[in-house]
Amino acid sequence: MPNLTIQYMFKQLKPTYIIVSILISSIVFLVACSELEPAAPADEDILDGPLEGLTNAQSAQFLAGDIAFNDEIFTKDKGLGPVFVATSCGSCHAGDGKGTPFTTLTRFGQVDHTGNKFLHLGGPQLQNRSIPGFNPETIPTGATFSKFTPPANTGLGFIELVPDSAILALSDPNDMNGDGISGVPNWNTVPSYVDILENAISQNGKYICRLGKKASTFNLLQQTVNAYNQDIGITSTFNPIDVYSGHSIDPEVSDKTVRDVVAYLQMLKAPIQRETENVEIENGKNLFIQIKCAACHVPQLQTDFSIISALSYKTFYPYTDLLLHDMGSDLDDGYTEGSAKTYEWRTPPLWGLGLSPGSQGGKYFLMHDGRAKSIEEAIEMHGGEAAQSKNNFQQLSATDKEKLIQFLKSL
Amino acid sequence: MIKKIVLFCIACMYAQLTFAQIDSTLLNNVIADTGKQTLNMDAVYNRPFLGIGKLPVSLGGYAEVNWQHIGTDGVSEGHQFQMRRMTLFVASTISKKIKFLSEIELEEGGKEISVEFASIDVEFHPLLNLRGGIVMNPIGSFNQNHDGPRWEFTDRPISATQMLAATWSNAGFGLFGKTYKNNWMFGYEAYLTGGFNDDIIDNEMNKTFLPAAKVSAERFEEGNALLTTKIATRHSKFGELGLSYMGGNYNTYKNDGIVLDEKRQLHVFAMDYNTTLPKINTTITGEWAWINIDVPSSFTQQYGNKQRGGFLDIVQPIFKRKILGWDKAVVNLSCRLEYVDWNVGTFNETGDNIGDNLWSVMPAISFRPTAQTVFRFNYRYQLQKDVLDNDPSKTGGFSFGISSYF
Repeated sequence: MPNLTIQYMFKQLKPTYIIVSILISSIVFLVACSELEPAAPADEDILDGPLEGLTNAQSAQFLAGDIAFNDEIFTKDKGLGPVFVATSCGSCHAGDGKGTPFTTLTRFGQVDHTGNKFLHLGGPQLQNRSIPGFNPETIPTGATFSKFTPPANTGLGFIELVPDSAILALSDPNDMNGDGISGVPNWNTVPSYVDILENAISQNGKYICRLGKKASTFNLLQQTVNAYNQDIGITSTFNPIDVYSGHSIDPEVSDKTVRDVVAYLQMLKAPIQRETENVEIENGKNLFIQIKCAACHVPQLQTDFSIISALSYKTFYPYTDLLLHDMGSDLDDGYTEGSAKTYEWRTPPLWGLGLSPGSQGGKYFLMHDGRAKSIEEAIEMHGGEAAQSKNNFQQLSATDKEKLIQFLKSL
Repeated sequence: MIKKIVLFCIACMYAQLTFAQIDSTLLNNVIADTGKQTLNMDAVYNRPFLGIGKLPVSLGGYAEVNWQHIGTDGVSEGHQFQMRRMTLFVASTISKKIKFLSEIELEEGGKEISVEFASIDVEFHPLLNLRGGIVMNPIGSFNQNHDGPRWEFTDRPISATQMLAATWSNAGFGLFGKTYKNNWMFGYEAYLTGGFNDDIIDNEMNKTFLPAAKVSAERFEEGNALLTTKIATRHSKFGELGLSYMGGNYNTYKNDGIVLDEKRQLHVFAMDYNTTLPKINTTITGEWAWINIDVPSSFTQQYGNKQRGGFLDIVQPIFKRKILGWDKAVVNLSCRLEYVDWNVGTFNETGDNIGDNLWSVMPAISFRPTAQTVFRFNYRYQLQKDVLDNDPSKTGGFSFGISSYF
């Protein structure tokens, strides 16, 4: 019956009217069709995306780096492995967020500042996967190890630009102020391909490093070169040593691609705090400061000069002091890097914390190895210098704890 | 070789035009017999061809042209205009019981040229035919029955193209046959052909991806053997049900006599069904497939060892009448539902579900001025999860296309 009605109506219309209607509808539709496509998520709800204020040339390099980071998949023919952890950069940092136990790295072989004693046996990183026909690495007998969950990438450009003097100013190795917090920088050797900044501070030929769980990496170039090499098994002119054979081989990624990826990481925007007007969250922030979390998770830092004006002399809010702290025996895995002790860990930036489940399969995998499955669980795992803050947290009422957690989730 | 075949086809087309200029009455349209009950396995011959006088050669083909405006999470490429493919058929009846048919596909403006089908069929008996050449591996139904003008949607099913490797063809030999009794029809096919390679677990899609093997033309000359079998039955009232299997070694376990790895196998099972409901003429077409692959345990779980997926098309003609001079024009409302999971299983490290899956729904309206030509207008809404099972990316947008046999 409905078919008959439609047919009748159709018969009554003259072809001219039909054609004109189709033409007008088509034009309206072509102009408006994008309105019916899924909208972009709000900037504050995602971690990836470029800094505001980039030049067109900087945006082009950001895009090239984005493609290399997120879309370039390494295969056997492109140099993957033969032993590796992941097949691309993006595999470990979905949406530029934190990784999961699936892509967690295992480092082994170093117990103190004298260096890694297992480099000849595949250290410092375990390549736990291999292409067909090859065997993956195993942890050598006698080597201690630790597992590192991949961190979020966002805001790394800001962190890279914090002047050494600012980091040193936050350190208090002898706890002169008596607050129980005695952060120290990680002094480490820097590879020769890294350009040392003029204002970098050195000590016995070693420099203040800031990236990684142990703050053992100097800058994003070193981080990127290491990740290509140790995570994917990809050599470059910066590090031509094949992780499987231990011999130098032809570069498997170009200098340009490495530089583009570094630029991409530098120009990723900083996470944007959400619900800043919410009173409960403001109260949570006050509690965060009140129970001394902010003694290590320093809310605010400043960048130094950068040729990328969007990064130059900027104030930002990472909630870290980039220093190493004694976190207690429960978090002592018996493995370390640079001058850090095995029980010392760099204060991880808390910005973006609330968006972590968005890249971790809807769950939290927190602390250095993802052992904490919630923010509250992560706080409860704090020991050593952070024990007092943990105790303070435990003394809070359930309502106040909730406010504090909500504040952390807003970051 | 491919260039020669293309040149031959172009020459044939040119010859056809030349003949047409001389005497157009020499051209005979050989329209497919749509009234006859057929199985999917008949699709390769059940196409409109153009005969040239009394020459034993028939020509045909189809073209697909699309416009689309699709975005994912707010990012769109804008208006996209695509000549998806142009396919040329050349068929020849060599003798009463020996036929040759070829299908050459040019995609993306000629960027990709492939011989999808080129076989010599020899009939000994309706139940025993020998086929040799480049054959369509009969896994599922879409791989056999994929001509654009037959479908109401601008895009091919994702499970067929992104999981089962459609259109998937290889050089080889096989047997097929068909028989009828009352309302029942039964057909079988069994082929031994070239097959898959290491690329299916070592590719730039970062997932186990059978279509990655299509890139290598070496499969037409060497490589692993692949067994493909299918049985299908049709009842005139209940429709056609097909069950198919495809399997064999896929990896380079030995090269130049040197053992490089252990033999690794893949197995694909598929089930397909189609019917037209009496009175209301609703057409239902569906296909579902399961894939099992021996992926080395030391390799990354990024590459799954189990996959599954399929599609369901529902097409409802809403009216059929004379429109703008076309006598039996038909307007259809349709909907396609699709699901693909490229990595079925859980992570070793956490026991959590591995994602890498996709849902899609695609309502459509299509206009068929003749049975050989279709104008189609689709909207796609798609949710796709990454391997970590994070919140899905949302894709949506419109497409319009014309597809026609010629």
